[in-house]
This record gives sequence, structure tokens and C-alpha cells, in this order.
Amino acid sequence: MKVKENIRALLAKKCVGIAGAGGLGSNVASALVRSGLGHLVIADHDTVSRENLDRQFFFADQEGRPKVYALQDNLQRISSGTRLTLFYGSVTARNARELFSCCHVVVEAFDMAAEKEWFATWMTENLSHIPLVMGSGIAGWGHSDKLRVQRSGNLYVCGHQLDTHETEVPLMAPRVGLVAMMQADIVLEILLTTKAPSQ
Amino acid sequence: MTITLNNRKETFPGGPMTIARVMEEKSFHFKMLIVKLNGNIISKEAFASTLVENGDRLDIIHLISGG
Repeated sequence: MKVKENIRALLAKKCVGIAGAGGLGSNVASALVRSGLGHLVIADHDTVSRENLDRQFFFADQEGRPKVYALQDNLQRISSGTRLTLFYGSVTARNARELFSCCHVVVEAFDMAAEKEWFATWMTENLSHIPLVMGSGIAGWGHSDKLRVQRSGNLYVCGHQLDTHETEVPLMAPRVGLVAMMQADIVLEILLTTKAPSQ
Repeated sequence: MTITLNNRKETFPGGPMTIARVMEEKSFHFKMLIVKLNGNIISKEAFASTLVENGDRLDIIHLISGG
């Protein structure tokens, strides 16, 4: 138990940002709260819809509620030990620094590729000292061995990175969950490793 | 020349070539991408004018919607 106690004591002092509280962000948040993280900053502009329930960490009676507030309720049912800072709105160049500059690691969990591209560029140009853990390529099912982590300095990209068409290859709970857990696991790897990431 | 492309050594015949040419040769055709040359983000507009030289590190990341 000593090792786990040491890990929890260390994680209790850490802060992680999550940009987007959909399939990736909501599941990353639950894993980090269960791990004993001290502080989560979660930003999202969306509300819970019926279509989200097939893969996101929300419940049917939360339909219509802002995702950040519904997620707060769900996370606090797991544990009240993690401090939650919530922002109900879009992440923009005007507020990103205020939201995420206090974080030890930031998780990119947006839906659209254009948002992912903007955020990765913004983080690299403005908060390059903070590791960014992204998700790219989470649609489909099976062939889990195709999922990978691409590392580039302070940038970590989880997913298969394969082109898929939404109508033919939908987002399914198992793979979305797998990539979210890969992201959460990379966060632990970064927070629990003292050496600088390889460039 | 030999470069490190996505953490793997890749050898191309001849000397320096543009990022656009490397992407063409290695079939990186996605619309949304992050391209880092020696750790620095390179904008799309500069792909055709930025040279990759022997020993450089080039990272090309595909971005796909879904989150």
C-alpha cells in the first residue's frame, strides 16, 4: 500500500486541465478523480444530449444540462477529494491562458479536427512548457492494436490517426473509452515521472 | 539525407527538401495536421518554403474529428 499512498500524495498536489467534456474529456476526468488528482480544470460549451449517452460519462436524467455541471455532479459522486474548476463556455485565445496556465498537464478533448489543430498550435506557441495530451482517431471498433501514442516533445497524441467517415465508422463506447484511458494513463506517466520528456 | 520522421529514421536521396515534398513522398494527405520541425510548429502556408535538412527532426500528426 505504501507505493499507492505515495502516488496519491503526489497526485493530490497536481492540477490537470481538460479542454472539452465529451467522450474523451468526461472519461479522462473520471479516471483522474479516481486516481486521486488534486485539482481539475474543465472547460466545455456544450449541453448533455441523448446522443451523448452511448459513450460519454453522463446519465439519461442529465439531458439538457451543461456538461461541465453534470460532470461535476458525477465526479463528486466518485469522490469529493478533487477540487473542480469549471468553465461553461468555449475555449478561445482570449481565455485559454487564464484557464490552463496553472496546470501541470493539459488534455485536449475537443470534437472537431479544426479545434484540435488550433488548440495544439496555441498551446505550443503560448504554453509550450506544459505537456499537452491529445486524442486523434477514436472512431470505430476492434483492432485495438492500431491504437498508439505518438510523442513529439511535450505533445502526446493518442488514437489511431486513421481517416474515417462518420456515417460509416461511428464513435463507439469501447474505443472512445480506450483512447480516454490512454490519455489519462499518459497524464499519470507525466505526473509520476520526474525526468524531462524527450525532445 | 537522413532525418527523423515521427521518431523513425528516414533516408531520402539527395539534399534538403521542402516539408511539402516530404509530405508528398510519404503520403501525408490529411487536411488537418500538426507539423513540427525540430520542435517548432510550422504553419500550412510555410510547408512549400520550409526546408528539411540532414539530421532534422520532423513530426507530422494527423488530426481527426471525434472527442
